[in-house]
Amino acid sequence: MTNALEIEGLVKTYGDGFQALKGIDLHVAEGDFFALLGPNGAGKSTTLGIVCSLVNKSAGKVRVFGSDIDTHLSDAKLNLGVVPQEFNFNQFEKVFDIVTTQAGYYGIPLKKASESAEKYLRQLGLWDKRNTPAMMLSGGMKRRLMIARALVHEPKLLILDEPTAGVDIELRRSMWTFLEEMNRQGTTIILTTHYLEEAEALCRNIAIIDHGKILRHTSKRALLQQLSSETFVLDTAEPLEEAPVLEGFFSHMDDEGALVVDVEKGQSLNGMFVQLEEQGVRVVSMRTKANRLEELFIRMVEDNNPRNTTQGETA
Amino acid sequence: MRTDAMLTAYKTIVTREIRRFMRIWPQTLLPPAVTMTLYFIIFGNLIGSRIGVMGGFDYMAFIVPGLIMMSVITSSYANVVSSFFSMKFQRSIEELLVSPVPNWVILAGYVTGGMSRGLGIGLIVTLLSLGFTQLSIHHLPMVILTVFLTSALFSLGGFINAMLATKFDDISIVPTFVLTPLTYLGGVFYSIDLLPGFWQGVSMINPILYMVNAFRYGILGVSDVNPYVALGMILLFIAILSAISLRMLARGKGIRH
Repeated sequence: MTNALEIEGLVKTYGDGFQALKGIDLHVAEGDFFALLGPNGAGKSTTLGIVCSLVNKSAGKVRVFGSDIDTHLSDAKLNLGVVPQEFNFNQFEKVFDIVTTQAGYYGIPLKKASESAEKYLRQLGLWDKRNTPAMMLSGGMKRRLMIARALVHEPKLLILDEPTAGVDIELRRSMWTFLEEMNRQGTTIILTTHYLEEAEALCRNIAIIDHGKILRHTSKRALLQQLSSETFVLDTAEPLEEAPVLEGFFSHMDDEGALVVDVEKGQSLNGMFVQLEEQGVRVVSMRTKANRLEELFIRMVEDNNPRNTTQGETA
Repeated sequence: MRTDAMLTAYKTIVTREIRRFMRIWPQTLLPPAVTMTLYFIIFGNLIGSRIGVMGGFDYMAFIVPGLIMMSVITSSYANVVSSFFSMKFQRSIEELLVSPVPNWVILAGYVTGGMSRGLGIGLIVTLLSLGFTQLSIHHLPMVILTVFLTSALFSLGGFINAMLATKFDDISIVPTFVLTPLTYLGGVFYSIDLLPGFWQGVSMINPILYMVNAFRYGILGVSDVNPYVALGMILLFIAILSAISLRMLARGKGIRH
């Protein structure tokens, strides 16, 4: 199967000498739902910026569905749809015009562009706003407008840089559903996100980048298997003032007053329940905490951060 | 990109440019119409009647070609510089950068957009001038060629200004401190025959003088310079500015990191 994206030895050095990318390699298979994760300034947006021709690379190779951006840039661009982190449309233009104009840049005649624009504006709940100037839209609507604009030429690879930043939870979930459906229909999706819960819920493969280097590039499942413990959130019948001491377990209270308990891999939960019973704590419901990826991510980034090592040594 | 797709992309850019200046017509179309009408009334009618004959014509007839050209120059330049810079400012230029449109199509689209406004304003000012004087065309091909090429040249100038600009001040410096003085000193209001020999020589290095005079030749049949030399100069400048613009686009000057 062709890779949707292949990156080899990608280097980016800015004019001031700062090296944002230090020779990264990355490949994303066709049909994948892929997350590129990393802290602020890690090199995520620079990487995607180079793929989308918004940033000039210093060295390395980038191929989109086999088309090298150095020799077949036009073919590569035809396969790409881009949803950037910042709003980047003319705020004075009407929603429908923004989407059809983008289609025109891809050489799609107005009639076909209008049909495609209607399809995606309807799917993203913006059809009623088609004659509204973009500046009048809410933040969530603006994000959806950028998705409609990126899809209007039916790209095979959709790149989203922080697509749900600043979007409320309900809208975020509906955007997840939409993206999952796009992926099911065959669109390869690459996203960066600060919401690791988002990557955990949506993506099959993940790369973690920090200081311009790829720290891990693997499947989400393989990554999560590295976790040596699992975290459970327990709702109790009576509110607790402080977490009960549980021998063999680490427990604490979260901000919402629920009891949080870390359980080592392979460790039986029975011991925890026996101790809770003995202390008169009645558990009414229990769930796994869905930020396992976040824990792993923080651990990896901290391991890679030399400042942390230095601080540890001096302390 | 296929040829028909490039043509669609070109039409899209031009349509968007025209839509932009039509949407804000009180800022783009109305001011030059009002300003030029005032010029016609004050310089042409009130003061012009005391000046008498200039270059063999009454003063109103003499200044009309210059004023039409002045409005074409400033509008063509202003359209491209403000449109392209605001796209940079709002980052909507990225819509074009991620698309497969070749650079020369982007440039052609913006220049055509600038020419649309410049020539549209030229037409409005010409129609207004008919309320003050009678215009007869001496050499129609020269009129058309001069006005089209001048509009293209200053659209290119506006494009380069926008590429180099990093803040809004940068897009007003050239129109205010370069274009306006060169236009006023470019023989719009007087024949350079009135100037002492030294200042006539200085005037000859002002490129706008050639454009105004070539256009005046097309309408009135009189010119301070050889109109064919003027056309050649405009073409040469168009070639140079096009090459600079394309080079800047290829390098992503000010638009790619």
